[in-house]
Order: sequence, then C-alpha cells, then structure tokens
Amino acid sequence: MATIKDDNYFHHALKVMDDVCVGCTHCMAICPTQAIKIISGKAVISDNRCVDCGECARICPVDAIIVEQDDFNLIHNYKARVALIPGVFIGQFPERVETGDIYSAIKNLGFTHIYEVENTVGFILEGFEDYENQNEEGLKISPFCPAIIRLIQVSFPTLAKNIAKIKPPIDIAAQYYRHKLLKEGFKEEEIGIFYITPCAAKIASVKSPVGVKDSKIDGVINMQYLYNQVNIELRKPGLQKEYQLNQDMLSKEGVLWSLTGGEKPHHSGKSIAIDEIHNVKEFLEQLENEVFEKINFLELRACDQSCAGGLLLSGNRFLTADRLRNRAEKYPPLKDKRLYKKNTEDDIHLGDIEPRPMERLDIDINKSFKKMAHKQRLMCYLPGIDCGVCGFPDCQSLANEIVQGKAGISYCIFMQKKLVQRGLLSKESADAINARIWGENRFQKNCEKNGATNELS
Amino acid sequence: MNFGFPMRLQYMISGGDFNNAGAAASSLKKILKQLSIDSELVRKIVVALYEAEVNVVAHAYSGLINIELDHEKILIVIQDEGPGIPDIDKAMEAGFSTASEEVRSMGFGAGMGLPNIKKNTSTLSVESEVGKGTKLEMIIYLNT
Ligand SMILES: Nc1ncnc2c1ncn2[C@@H]1O[C@H](COP(=O)(O)OP(=O)(O)OP(=O)(O)O)[C@@H](O)[C@H]1O
Ligand code: SF4
Ligand SMILES: [Mg+2]
Repeated sequence: MATIKDDNYFHHALKVMDDVCVGCTHCMAICPTQAIKIISGKAVISDNRCVDCGECARICPVDAIIVEQDDFNLIHNYKARVALIPGVFIGQFPERVETGDIYSAIKNLGFTHIYEVENTVGFILEGFEDYENQNEEGLKISPFCPAIIRLIQVSFPTLAKNIAKIKPPIDIAAQYYRHKLLKEGFKEEEIGIFYITPCAAKIASVKSPVGVKDSKIDGVINMQYLYNQVNIELRKPGLQKEYQLNQDMLSKEGVLWSLTGGEKPHHSGKSIAIDEIHNVKEFLEQLENEVFEKINFLELRACDQSCAGGLLLSGNRFLTADRLRNRAEKYPPLKDKRLYKKNTEDDIHLGDIEPRPMERLDIDINKSFKKMAHKQRLMCYLPGIDCGVCGFPDCQSLANEIVQGKAGISYCIFMQKKLVQRGLLSKESADAINARIWGENRFQKNCEKNGATNELS
Repeated sequence: MNFGFPMRLQYMISGGDFNNAGAAASSLKKILKQLSIDSELVRKIVVALYEAEVNVVAHAYSGLINIELDHEKILIVIQDEGPGIPDIDKAMEAGFSTASEEVRSMGFGAGMGLPNIKKNTSTLSVESEVGKGTKLEMIIYLNT
C-alpha cells in the first residue's frame, strides 16, 4: 500500500522525457505555478511548486511530458483484483456501447471486481451534513480535485483551512470496497485495489496523500492505457458478456459528480462551481481579498469540463460530458437510498491540510526583506518582456533565482548584450551562459528540428 | 524608490473606478507573500487595505496610499480628497452606510468596511474634514 515516505517529499506523476523535449518553453509559459524552467535546453519541473495539473503535458507539441504509471501486470499479485473506475471512463465510449460490455472487457483483461467510485457519493453527502452541522458557518472548499488542493497549499496558503475535511470519492470507494471484500472472506493481502486514473493529480494524491494517512489503493492504472485495451477487447468476436453490474448505490447524482457542477447542487447557501485551473487561480486570487459576498461552498476543478477533460481521457471532453449527462438520466435519484452510514466503518474524514507557501523568498523575515529589496532593484534593470530566454517563465522569476543565488543577471539576454557592449562580460562567457540554459547545440543550424522538417507544427 | 528598511510603497486610487478597486491590495499581497510573514497576517493586511481602497473608490474623489513596511510592522496611510465623514463614530458602527443605490448594486454598502478594517488592524486612526477629505492610518504588528 502506498504510504508517505517523508513529509517533505512530494510525489509527482509528470515526468519530462529529456530525449524528446525540444525546449520550446510552451510548458514553462502555461504552468500556473511557475514550476518549470529550462536547463540545458530541456524543461525541468520543480517538485515544490508542481501541482500535477497536467497543463504542461497538454500543451507540449512533442509529447515529451508523460504520466508515470504502475505496471498493469501488478494486478496479478493479488487474488481479488479490483478496478476502481471513475464514471468518466464510461463517458469516453459512444452511447451505443453498452456499459455491461465495457465491464466485461475490463474483466477479460484480468480484473475480478469492478467498482465505480461514484457509488459512494452518498457517504460524502452524509459526511458533509454532519460536518456542516458541527462546523461554524464559513467557506468550505471541495477536496475533490487533488491538483486544486495542491494549488491551494502552494499558492493560496490562507485558504488551506477552508478545504472541507471529507475524503473524496476515490478514497471512500477504496475503503468501502476493501471492507466489502474482507467481509466476503478475502484476506487483506489478497486484495489489490487499482484506481483507473483520469489524471496525473490523482496519481500524485495516491502516491503521496495529503490529509489521508495511508491510501487504501495498491496501484494506479493510466486510463488511456485501459481505454485502448478495452477497445481492443470490444472488437474481438464473441466477447463474454456475463458481467453482473455491481451498481448497488450508483445514482443520477453520482454519475454527474465528476463533471462541472456535480457537487454544487448539494450545498445550501451560495455555492459556485469553477473549472480550469487558470480560472480557479483568478477566482482564488480575488477571494483572498474577500472581495466577494458570503460563499458557502466552492467546487473547484483543475480541468476544463472537470474530469471529462482529464489529461488521460481519450476523445473530446465536451462529448464525454454530454454522454455522462445522458447516462445520468438512467439512474435513480440519490435520496431513495440513504443506506450509507451503515455501510462504512471507516473514517471518512480528512486530516489537516498543511499550507506550504512557495512564494516566500526566505524563511527568515530579515533575510526575506533583504532579498525583496534586492529583487526590486533587479526589476529596475530587467526589461519586463517576460520572453523566457533566460530559461525562466518571466523577469520576476529570473529575479527570484538571482536573489537565491541560482542565476545571474547575465542570464537575461538583453542585459547580457549590454554587459558585453560595455566590456563587462566576454563574448565567450556570454556564449557559455546561453549554452548552459539552452544546450550546446541549440544555436547551430538544424534542419531536423520541429518545424524545419515536413511536419510543420 | 527606496530599497532598504523600511520598504516603502505608494499607490494612487481614483474615485468611482470600481474596475480597479483592490489593485493596490492585490499588489501588496503579492509582495507580502514573498516575505516571511504569516499567511493569516497577510490576509488581515490585505483585507484592511482592500476595504479602505474601496471606500475611497465608493465615497471619495481620489486618494493616495503610502505604505511603510519593516520586519516589525506595516503602516498604511490612505489620504483622500472627498466629502469627508461628518460623524466618524457613527461611520465606524457595523451596518452604517451612506452608499448610493449604484454602489449597493455592485455589492458594496453593507456598512462593514470600517468595522472590518478595525477588526483586522492593531491600531486604526481616522481623521476627516467635511468637504475636504479623510485620512486613515493603520498599523499591523507582524510578530503577534
Ligand atoms: N473615504 C471616505 N470618504 C467619505 N466617506 C466615507 C469614507 N469611508 C467611509 N465613509 C463613510 O462611512 C460609511 C461607512 O463606511 P464602511 O466602509 O463601514 O461601509 P460602506 O462603505 O458604506 O459599505 P461596505 O464597506 O460594507 O461596502 C460609508 O457609508 C460612508 O458614509
Ligand atoms: S478535474 Fe478531475 S481529472 Fe482534472 S485534475 Fe482534477 S481530479 Fe484530475
Ligand atoms: Mg466600505
């Protein structure tokens, strides 16, 4: 089972493949937490700042940013092999494909049990009811999207205390299903629970959980991989369609849960749903100044169209969302089956979510003031073009690196030119700096590079 | 510009410009987040400045914000040209507001601004001359 190794260790599921990365800076420019810099012509992701939202992987023109995943064959280490599936998985398939066929295909691939995580939203709603009764009035932020939790930890530390302390469906479903199998007579070590992930953020949250002591999930399977495999199975003649749906608690509300607006209707008072991480950032920026009237609940999702737009989904996110909305109509409303409390002996509460502000220049207040003064002075010189040629996303970021002693003002191409003109920097040193940032061969003629070949991008 | 201690910042406010109300508070927030100041304290400072800024936008004609910041405290002085406040004690009461219909329609005018500033600052002094303008001086100590 995945456990936290070290409090200061943040697992990230996004990895840059150095041999594929062409150092184009698209990822650096789009990253909402300025977590990417360029070293030797390759993108480098900072562990402390990255929130695993996947914006970099989405924009990469050469698919150099990949999502790390567990080996599918790990499932065979267990006797009970559970596929925990978020509903968006089903939403990827055209409506003519029967849900039962999809499940059968998953079973053919080696799983023994299949469970949709949204079966458990009733637990969450009950948990919320108790929670709202016990806690004083005030803003609660949904803990659903792990990329958003991390964004709050690093960029909006004052809001960390507002994250509602109820576990998200993935954790509750894992807990619930493990119990169910234990009751059925399986031994703890025989049960392998595998989450089929729509995104990098969920992988990170399983591998280094925030607010959850130890994850009940044994492995994470890339949804893209499973989707492709299922498609192959579906095309095979004579698919065994014997699978019995285990949807005892799946409801209309549950099916809608991971879409934008899925949680919002369940909260009284003013509640707002926002998707796409840059939108969320803009909103939280204003919220920190208390610009808004009283808000009771915020549903915040990193992806456009929420999980239907997850990085690892195949197909068009709008169609996926639409299919799920149609699918939801086939399920009974939630309130008919409030049997949840009886069903879970586990704790459904999240622990504290610690802020880990990344913007401070130093932990010592005096030093941070000195660095701030230094930074302001630097900003008088840096041109404010935010071109990224220094290898950092903008002039401010270069100034930050300089005050931390990790870069020099000559990293700025415009300053560099001036220094050379004035004889304060040799041409050779300037070239060496540029080579350090962009790699030795970056400025040599190369007709093989992206755009110079037939495949104009 | 001054670079040592204390750090000094200055911002202008134009009355009626609701689009930019809060710009100074946002800018100050960006700076405070980089200094090793407790995030709860940052929030208090930002909320206080924000309310004061909005008051100038909503009730006065133009204003100037001067901020002095060192490792012990932040001093914020907001001086405006405007109608002034005839009864400061009354203005400080929670719920008291003379905000126009227009201002209310934008979600302001609950009469909570000044009480909020009071709540979030260590000391607050309000001076005002009717027909001339208002001056708010607030201090927030950083090592509480
Ligand atoms: N800078 C100012 N110039 C003139 N009058 C002011 C100024 N600041 C406050 N006032 C007066 O004091 C009253 C109370 O201010 P306060 O900020 O508490 O509430 P408000 O601005 O009316 O509403 P809210 O701040 O809740 O949106 C205002 O309605 C206004 O009459
Ligand atoms: S919105 Fe859904 S798919 Fe996207 S990062 Fe959040 S949890 Fe993952
Ligand atoms: Mg006010």
